[in-house]
Amino acid sequence: MHIDKDLVAASATPLVLGILADGESYGYAIVKRVHELSGGRMQWTDGMLYPLLHRLERLGLVEATWGVSDVGRRRKHYAITPAGRAALVERQEQWAVVADALRQVWDATVAAPVRPSARTAQGLA
Amino acid sequence: MDAGLEAQIDQWRGYVRRHRAIAASDVDEMEDHLRGQVDDLRATGLDDDEAFLVAVRRMGALDAVSREFAREHSERLWKQLVLVPGADDAGDGPRWRELAVVLGFAVGAGVAVRLGLTLLPEDVLARFVTFLVLPFLGGYLGWKRRIGVRTVLAVVAPAVVLALVLALYPFAAGGSTEVIAALHAPVVLWGLLGVVYVGGRWRSHPGRMDFVRFTGELAVYVALLALGGGVLVGLTAATVSLAGGDLETVMGEWIMPFAVPGAVVVAAWLVEAKQAVVENIAPVLTRVFTPLTIVMLVGLAVVLLGAGDLADVERELLILLDAILVLVLCLLLYSISARDPLAPPGVSDRLQLVLVGVALVVDAVALTAMASRIAEFGASPNKVVALGLNLLLLVHLVRAGWLGLGFVRGRRPFDDASRWQTTYLPVYAVWAAGVVLVLPPVVGFV
Repeated sequence: MHIDKDLVAASATPLVLGILADGESYGYAIVKRVHELSGGRMQWTDGMLYPLLHRLERLGLVEATWGVSDVGRRRKHYAITPAGRAALVERQEQWAVVADALRQVWDATVAAPVRPSARTAQGLA
Repeated sequence: MDAGLEAQIDQWRGYVRRHRAIAASDVDEMEDHLRGQVDDLRATGLDDDEAFLVAVRRMGALDAVSREFAREHSERLWKQLVLVPGADDAGDGPRWRELAVVLGFAVGAGVAVRLGLTLLPEDVLARFVTFLVLPFLGGYLGWKRRIGVRTVLAVVAPAVVLALVLALYPFAAGGSTEVIAALHAPVVLWGLLGVVYVGGRWRSHPGRMDFVRFTGELAVYVALLALGGGVLVGLTAATVSLAGGDLETVMGEWIMPFAVPGAVVVAAWLVEAKQAVVENIAPVLTRVFTPLTIVMLVGLAVVLLGAGDLADVERELLILLDAILVLVLCLLLYSISARDPLAPPGVSDRLQLVLVGVALVVDAVALTAMASRIAEFGASPNKVVALGLNLLLLVHLVRAGWLGLGFVRGRRPFDDASRWQTTYLPVYAVWAAGVVLVLPPVVGFV
């Protein structure tokens, strides 16, 4: 399933912050986690993750440290900061409002005959 | 992991690295990602090639990723200058050593000029000042390029011959041949510096064009350093004078002799460390000054045509015309050296053509008048040299204009125009050497 890129972009920050709230991680592991969480349905352009991580780092929402992987490669690890947790809470509230509003709209449309496009949207919510 | 995959990843790294918005540490980060992805894909049964292709594809179109990096790291497009190893940088050692070498050469040049000031009479110093500075610049570039003994000899021998000629020729005191020789020797030395710069591969056209870029960037850096240094010295002098002191003596005897040659060597190092200024500034400078110069030349043509008899100012006018043609040529070279050779002809190429055309018209008008006057009233060394240089420049510009026209009309590749420039440049060094070596004895050292 193809998910609109604006939707992917909008959800990227809360997803990354949420994954990091579970514990420190690094780029590829974050992408893998998103893949797992969405059952493989959310495909990110992997390269785009890094500018995003750097932006979060600049805003002080995450902290980065250079480490070494098991096989000895240089690897940058990211950890969420208290400011990042606060931002995550705020994002969660915003998304809860959006999701709640959407759910009500979907419930209203269920009464009407379900069109294929509506079903797609339902899967997303 | 096998060698084929390593080579592919290396190639990919090189490709990513070309995007200026993506820093080396980001490439490390992305490489870790890519390798993680490749390992996982191979574990699912893909072979190396397939795994690599899928992983690269998932990474996304690099131009788009690079744009995203640029949006986040706009400062990187204001190209970063990494002179000494920072926290983010894995490499160290060589850069610190280079800094030490550069400072050594810079101080060396300063000491040489300072000794020259003490030991040499003023007129001798004026003749030899480039000989005191350029060897240190050449020394740094030669060290950086690790040039061989043969190149060193090929450069040092002519320079020594030139120095001996300048020292031993019996120039008439205050005569014009002395001034002419002193003015032309630096051109020869600059040509020799070019041989050092290209590491002895002086036949290489791309190498010569790199030297043109180096020269342009060096000029920009020296101007910037001079500007900054001037402000610093000016403020210091003003403060010292308020305190009742006088900086003038110290300034003339110590600050300038060390600051100016030092700035030249340091500027060369900056060019080597950050070879991107010309890319940024050259298009701006040429686009601003090409139209302005065209306007100036048209004005000049009107004045010349309206002036009637030019005989009274013949020598000054010749020298002035040489200066104008040199300016036009520098504009042309500067823009050619910074131009993307594959880009199709555009407005700026047409403007340059107009510039060359107008310059040629101005030159033709004045040159005709001059030549007839010289034929009538005889020649002096100054006139001969100015006229000779004028003819050299004329040939250069006529051919450049012709090739430029062919390019704008889509008949020739841009490379023809570019190659003509690099082919012709050594002619100036040869001409300058001839002027220094041959002219003074021929006219009796007047």
